[in-house]
Amino acid sequence: MIGPSLSYALAGVALFALGLYGLSVHPHLLRKVLAFNVTGSGVFLVLVSLSQRDPGTPPDPVPQALVLTGIVVAVSATAFALALLRRLYALTGKTGLDDEPAP
Amino acid sequence: MKPSASHHLERLAAAALAASIGLALVAAIIRLPKPAIELSARVAAHLAESGVRHPVTAVLLNFRGYDTLLEVAVLLLAVLGVLALRASASAPAARPPASVSPVLAALLHLVIPLMVLAAGYLLWAGGYRAGGAFQAGAVLGGAGVLLCLAGAIPPLRSPGGWSIAALLLGFGVFLAVAAAPVAGGARLLEYPRIWAGALILLIESGLTLSIAAILTTLFAGASDGPDAAVRRGNSDPPAGARKG
Repeated sequence: MIGPSLSYALAGVALFALGLYGLSVHPHLLRKVLAFNVTGSGVFLVLVSLSQRDPGTPPDPVPQALVLTGIVVAVSATAFALALLRRLYALTGKTGLDDEPAP
Repeated sequence: MKPSASHHLERLAAAALAASIGLALVAAIIRLPKPAIELSARVAAHLAESGVRHPVTAVLLNFRGYDTLLEVAVLLLAVLGVLALRASASAPAARPPASVSPVLAALLHLVIPLMVLAAGYLLWAGGYRAGGAFQAGAVLGGAGVLLCLAGAIPPLRSPGGWSIAALLLGFGVFLAVAAAPVAGGARLLEYPRIWAGALILLIESGLTLSIAAILTTLFAGASDGPDAAVRRGNSDPPAGARKG
């Protein structure tokens, strides 16, 4: 794999690692949800860039279709996560998990 | 509060872990082997049978239609979850309608018809170029979110009959078209060859409306309306709240 596809894939990996770091260091659940979305964006970027591995060849439509539906599913799952988070806050006043120090 | 030394150590450990996973992924991507099956060649070979002329739409609605059907079911589950959490939360007291900025109202008169037009174009374009139900639904859902922000769509308490119909339409049409061939002895999602194009357009039209309704409901169901932030600012924290 060469050229622009590779740089996009590497940028996707960087996003994934960045999201992973955010997910593990931030106790606030909203930040965790955001960090998880950053990881997801990294995965999508890697998948899309892998769909055209050699410049000049037609892109593979299968990963593109997967990412297309994946983005909409990720948005919906994020909305559900945010609803859960708000419910947790309304019930307990907490914005983090029990086994982590309070933000 | 000053972060303690152990806090710094934790952050360093997390950074090291994320960096090492990232480096392992970089190594894997650089030395990625050639795929055993050239999927793009297979898609190109069977594109004429799919009923559409764009390979991504053919994959989404025909070759891997089962994935897409289940993904729409996942969207419905997310909406169901948000609505369930909403219904169990105590309904806030009725309040006067929010004041909406005149700029936003004027902008909406301009933008909403254009968004509907763009969604219709994207839906139709999916047959022969980049486009399709998910893009069209996202644009239409964006229009719905704008209407929520302007207060034209009230924050959702419990959806009525029409909203439920709009939410379920896409999945229902998709499931009906997918299951109909079974009655004729064919397999699930095995569209009749001549009707494939028309059936895919039918499914995509339903999906566009439903995805827009789902995205709008997710927003309306999770928000308290445009003036919620103002109200929250000068109200007390919920009962049982603890100082962190």
